[in-house]
Amino acid sequence: MSAANPPSAATVRSGAPFLGAVGSLVEAHPWAGFAVRRAGRLVVSLLVLVTASFAMIHLVPGDPVRAALGPTADPQLVAARRHALGLDRPLFDQYRHFLSGLAHLRLGDSISTDMPVAQVISSRLPATLELAVLAFVLILAVAIPLGMAAAVLTREGRRRGTELGFAAVTGILGAVPEFLLAVGLVAVFAVAIPLLPVASRGGASSYVLPVLALAAVSAAALARIVRVETLRVLGEDYMRTARAKRLPARLRYLRHALPNLLTASLTLGGLLFTSLITGTVLVENVFAWPGLGTTIVQAITQKDYPLVQGVVLVYGTAALLITFAVDVAVALADPRSTIRGS
Amino acid sequence: MPSKPSSTRSARRTSAGPSSESFGHRLLDALRTPLGLAAVTAVAVLTLMAVLGPTLAGSAATRVDTGAIDQGGGSAHLFGTDGLGRDVAARVLVATRLTLELTLAATAIGLAGGLLLGLAPVVLGRRAGRLVTATVGVLVAFPGLLFVLVLATVFGAGSTGAVLSVGLALVPPAARLVQNLSASVATADYVAAARILGTGRFRLVTRHVLPNIAEPVTLFTAQSAAQILIAFSGLSFLGLGVQAPAYDWGRLLNEQLGRIYVNPLAALAPGLAVVLTGMVFTLVGEVIAQAGGRRAPHRAAASDPADEQAGTSSATPSSASASALDAGGGGDTATEDALLSVRDLRVTFPGGRTSVRGVSLSVAPGEAVGLVGESGSGKSLTALAVAGLAPHPARVAAGELRFRGVDPRSGSGLGTSLAMVFQDPMASLNPALRVGRQLAEVAEVHLGASRAQASARAVERLAWVRITSPERRARQRPHEYSGGMRQRAMIGMGLMGEPSLIVADEPTTALDVTVQRQVLDLLGEVRRDSGAALLLISHDIAVVAQVCQRVLVMYAGRVVEELPVADLAVRAAHPYTRALVGAVPTMGTDRNTALATIPGRPPEPGDRPRGCAFAPRCDRARDRCRTAEPVLTDQGEGRRVACWYPVTASSGPVQEARHTEEPPPGDADPSRHEAETLQDDARSVRDGGVR
Repeated sequence: MSAANPPSAATVRSGAPFLGAVGSLVEAHPWAGFAVRRAGRLVVSLLVLVTASFAMIHLVPGDPVRAALGPTADPQLVAARRHALGLDRPLFDQYRHFLSGLAHLRLGDSISTDMPVAQVISSRLPATLELAVLAFVLILAVAIPLGMAAAVLTREGRRRGTELGFAAVTGILGAVPEFLLAVGLVAVFAVAIPLLPVASRGGASSYVLPVLALAAVSAAALARIVRVETLRVLGEDYMRTARAKRLPARLRYLRHALPNLLTASLTLGGLLFTSLITGTVLVENVFAWPGLGTTIVQAITQKDYPLVQGVVLVYGTAALLITFAVDVAVALADPRSTIRGS
Repeated sequence: MPSKPSSTRSARRTSAGPSSESFGHRLLDALRTPLGLAAVTAVAVLTLMAVLGPTLAGSAATRVDTGAIDQGGGSAHLFGTDGLGRDVAARVLVATRLTLELTLAATAIGLAGGLLLGLAPVVLGRRAGRLVTATVGVLVAFPGLLFVLVLATVFGAGSTGAVLSVGLALVPPAARLVQNLSASVATADYVAAARILGTGRFRLVTRHVLPNIAEPVTLFTAQSAAQILIAFSGLSFLGLGVQAPAYDWGRLLNEQLGRIYVNPLAALAPGLAVVLTGMVFTLVGEVIAQAGGRRAPHRAAASDPADEQAGTSSATPSSASASALDAGGGGDTATEDALLSVRDLRVTFPGGRTSVRGVSLSVAPGEAVGLVGESGSGKSLTALAVAGLAPHPARVAAGELRFRGVDPRSGSGLGTSLAMVFQDPMASLNPALRVGRQLAEVAEVHLGASRAQASARAVERLAWVRITSPERRARQRPHEYSGGMRQRAMIGMGLMGEPSLIVADEPTTALDVTVQRQVLDLLGEVRRDSGAALLLISHDIAVVAQVCQRVLVMYAGRVVEELPVADLAVRAAHPYTRALVGAVPTMGTDRNTALATIPGRPPEPGDRPRGCAFAPRCDRARDRCRTAEPVLTDQGEGRRVACWYPVTASSGPVQEARHTEEPPPGDADPSRHEAETLQDDARSVRDGGVR
């Protein structure tokens, strides 16, 4: 493995052949090479996403419009709808039309409501974003300090009881899927003790249960990862060096351990965050939250394919952008990973 | 390597070599632990529920009772009834089979697809392999549920579509894992060797790759099964999975959620079933992980940190006799004016393993003292214990432990007057921080310097240890340094304070021979310029002889000889020391004869012989050596030796030892013959009498 070697020109060049012109820049700055390669991968992934969401409607067995409108629908109506969706045109034409529509943020019209998909999405997106961002902040704020503290307290086999308790709590919480936790929270805090509203979006109190349901599982999982990573880092020689320098605990853990465990924690945590986005789908459906999650499920049930397409594009793009951001953040925190990565 | 750092790391750990033959045995062992038994029981219960559930509760689950609609939990119906008066508990029980069937089917699809795509790069050619890797790389970036939703749209709502969707969504992450694991196995030396020997690609996969990745893949499968169960339940809950009149747990949840105000128990019961079953899968995964994981060395749970602080209370009943034995020789070296004085240092581990047994040493201001011994002799542990850096479960006790008048275990000297240099400079510098920062922080913390002052001092120290263009180098991270530079930076780090003692633990072992010399020279120079004393730990007596004035030789956790470096060649009294000296080749060494080696190996800490620990390897050993441990006794002129039959001063240089020594008693020890035939070398320590 060439992990420790400085980036050779060969490694950088092999990343993407289209670099040609920026080759010299890339060789001078391995980080730039990484950024270009990573951005290239993002573009490819976006293309795959767009193509997949386009292909989706054509992969549906039979006639999607007939499926959507039902077997009893007027054949004339079906033909008109097919025409409106452009399904009667050649495939390549449709693809081009789809792409140019995307460029102008036109996503077609919903089959069931006739409303423009873009309009439906823009009216539903904020509710989902709010949930996701609040949960994200809560996860980071809880999981990293908790995981580190657990690792420091239980390092080298100390405090077996604490270790067991931490493993049990995070393990159980991590094993409960978001939507089941949501159901449980509803049963406790809305039915048994009617403290909080159980459904739909309203005042601040209506956010408590959905955000908790969304964050708790990921926070538990991330806390476990952070603990394991912290234990690994605490066993490294450079932590002994930090002790040999008699640095105060605060500096040892925050300055010396934290950056080293963030690299791996963020890489794994990045996957958690993308799952957070889709986690909203289920949680929204428990709380009848007027976001994209309820929209897509309804659209799938009603076979409203243009709407499904649109929401899939939004979810997919968000996930890709988040992983991209995480990768860049990791590269900034630990330059060696840019050399090893991809 | 097309792999993420985190995953290669774990891959390397789990598949370090062709060791997985024993995985099955280890799994059997793990099943006998409480956790393993719990997993076996849980799986058995789940299987019984799935097999017998529909037969036992089938009728109760479908019996519509209009007289008992939406009843709460109670004696008649454990979890109450649903909107048609059907018993919820029975329905949950019956749903077990379908839920598990669908879960396992989807897992199988995902695993098969993952293995296929994951192993493809190993089997296919370079170009096709890269294409597969890149495709998986793109696919894995999408969250699983998005896959599920897209596929569910294509396949339509229903069980078949849901199984396919959930199963196919597992393929990219499974493929990614298999790819990373197999890539690290495929680059391992033994696979390269197999490849050179002409092993076919498919055979390579079945013989070398699959066995070595079986363990992490099994673990992944168990964990994925739990996730698939949840994903599937989620899909059914959303109304996209199992359709009425069939029902799995997710479908039940879907039907009952609307009635949560009427009968919360009926809504919670199927959810509970999902959670508990998910935990069973996770439990199975834990057992697999335990069987495969690095087994931590057995440690007694009752290692009380307070004991480590108990400095002078070493005279516990168990060790009293042993310390009495050593006290005679060890007591008088800790002199008043010593910079560092250590008397009767013991380092024990829980479980009774004693790695350092009553070491006494002292270092005068400005003096360079070497501590020599084979690996496992306790020399590094001695150094760490002296600095208060002994690893966690170790307990350090000492009759006296003083550095500049105070006990260094309080840590008061570290970073300022006590500097440490470790063996592996790559691992000892923090990879995430700039080198200058790592030096500067010492001054900030201990000298109250400002950030700018500290940085300036760091640059100055880097220049002192001969790092060229130190300003630029200070801004770099350790991975941009060469091995020798890193070690010089470590030395520079020690110089950030004003050290009066530098403890260097095998500072040159990890370095190239050419660089070793530079680092040793630098240590000598730094000592001269700063006036600091040096405690140099090394397995290499030549290294010590080059830098130090006095040397202590350790064997099996004890000091067996102490003498001035100048006396090493001619006046070493302990057979072990002489063997060490004899094993060093010089320019004059006859290259036609094999180099001298010491037969045998040092005893393990838990398995030391009675009497002198070196006796089994010593050709001077007599009965007394095998029954009583020799005491370290003062020989005058700064020399101490722990040997019943030391080589006397008149015996002359090491290589001529054979002429003068009295012959050892009869050839009772067969190992000596072995030793003789092994090495018929003029420079060996063996005295002439044997011949």
